[in-house]
Amino acid sequence: MTRIDHRPSPTATDLATVEAALATLAEPAPPRLAHITLVAVGLADDYALIDSPVGPLRVAWNGRGVSAVEQAPDDRAFELRFFARTGRRAEHRDELPLTLRRAIDRRLAGDRRARIDLDLRGGSEFERAVWLKALEIPRGEVRPYGWVAAEIGRPKAVRAVGTALGHNPVPLIVPCHRVVRSDGTIGQYSLGGPENKRTILATEGLDPDELEGLARAGIRYIGSDTTRIYCLPTCHNAKRITAAHRVPFRSAAASESAGYRACRECRPRVALVA
Amino acid sequence: MRVERLSRQPGGNATGRDSVVFHRSMDEARRSEDAALAARLADDLDGAFEALVGAHADRLFSISLRILGDRSDAEEAAQDALVRAYRALATYDAARIRELRLRGWLATIAVNVCRNRTRVHRVKTTELAFDPGAEPAADPLASRDSRAAWAALLGTLPPAQRTAVVLRHVDGLSYAEMAEAVGRPEGTLKAQVHRGLAVLRDAFIAAERREREEMTA
Repeated sequence: MTRIDHRPSPTATDLATVEAALATLAEPAPPRLAHITLVAVGLADDYALIDSPVGPLRVAWNGRGVSAVEQAPDDRAFELRFFARTGRRAEHRDELPLTLRRAIDRRLAGDRRARIDLDLRGGSEFERAVWLKALEIPRGEVRPYGWVAAEIGRPKAVRAVGTALGHNPVPLIVPCHRVVRSDGTIGQYSLGGPENKRTILATEGLDPDELEGLARAGIRYIGSDTTRIYCLPTCHNAKRITAAHRVPFRSAAASESAGYRACRECRPRVALVA
Repeated sequence: MRVERLSRQPGGNATGRDSVVFHRSMDEARRSEDAALAARLADDLDGAFEALVGAHADRLFSISLRILGDRSDAEEAAQDALVRAYRALATYDAARIRELRLRGWLATIAVNVCRNRTRVHRVKTTELAFDPGAEPAADPLASRDSRAAWAALLGTLPPAQRTAVVLRHVDGLSYAEMAEAVGRPEGTLKAQVHRGLAVLRDAFIAAERREREEMTA
């Protein structure tokens, strides 16, 4: 390009021709490259619709993981809300990546081993602890807010747990619907309200009416008079107790004074503090 | 004529000296842009990374395209290079980011990504260009599109030579920047570029001669 030779020889001219030709070989990158790159590093997101028991939901993801699950009336509303929360643009896609869609299907069907990376940036340390704890609650079971608070070592932060679950950016995947009020009633739900929470719990095999019926009757725990272990009512161990051996308790103290010990899986005792 | 003589740019009638001055000031302008961007990245990586993509995606794509010869390969390579750059920057402290010379540093990453990719799957255009069997198509200059012809011709160069020629003359890096980018002495790179250009020139002259012969035949 920089030909200093002032006496152009045929050779020099041809080299200059080659250089000039090479200089035209730069080419603009395909327009999608920038967005794809930003998504890969988690500075922008893609989203697509999925079906759910409560109707179509928008799921956003980036290279760090799933970043949003929302019920929104349309794309525009979703994008605005997403931007307001994360400061990032989200672009509509027709489909979720296949592996992600499969993992979400498996997770919603109750397989907790289905690996789904989550992008929980923006959550406080406390909020993340609450969300990760909710992930431990098996499908078909519920835990009180107080249980979550106690399990993360903040037994007095029951209300804050409720607030944190309300801010859960990825409902359904982080099953905040499995956390109910400490008195056993269903409680609030960020994904479209309490009715949706009941619907989702019902699709997971729980009967919300039965649950609230127990709560109204003041029953918080179920014990087995054969094992002398007491559980939270929806613990899979409690569900296995046959009707003849089910012993209802109103409080953990009552269970323990009757000589029962707490189940090691649902750890009902921690809810006692709340 | 199928291989066009492309006019020299910019300002076809600039003397050699003017063009040297022009390029020097270009270099300086680019360097201060780079330094400003590096400073922004050091302050707020997530906030400034999109600007880095905007400023460098085209050149990383061009470098990859002319080394690999395939558009979709090049797109993946450029994306891969930018993602690697982001991940590296995320581990650097602010002072180190501020000192980075982004043009050369990013080119290094792209060149390495391309090298790794060619190791895994051989690049199609290179094979085509080397194929002595197919008669007219084997001559890269026989293509109607002159840029495609030059690109194919570039694909016939051995990888190290091709990389050096691409960095110097497609991307326009200085030899100093290239030396930093590929970790070779400037002298070696100059020799590689010179040899590469000579091969391209000879192929070009041969093609022109063939054309003349065909026309007079």
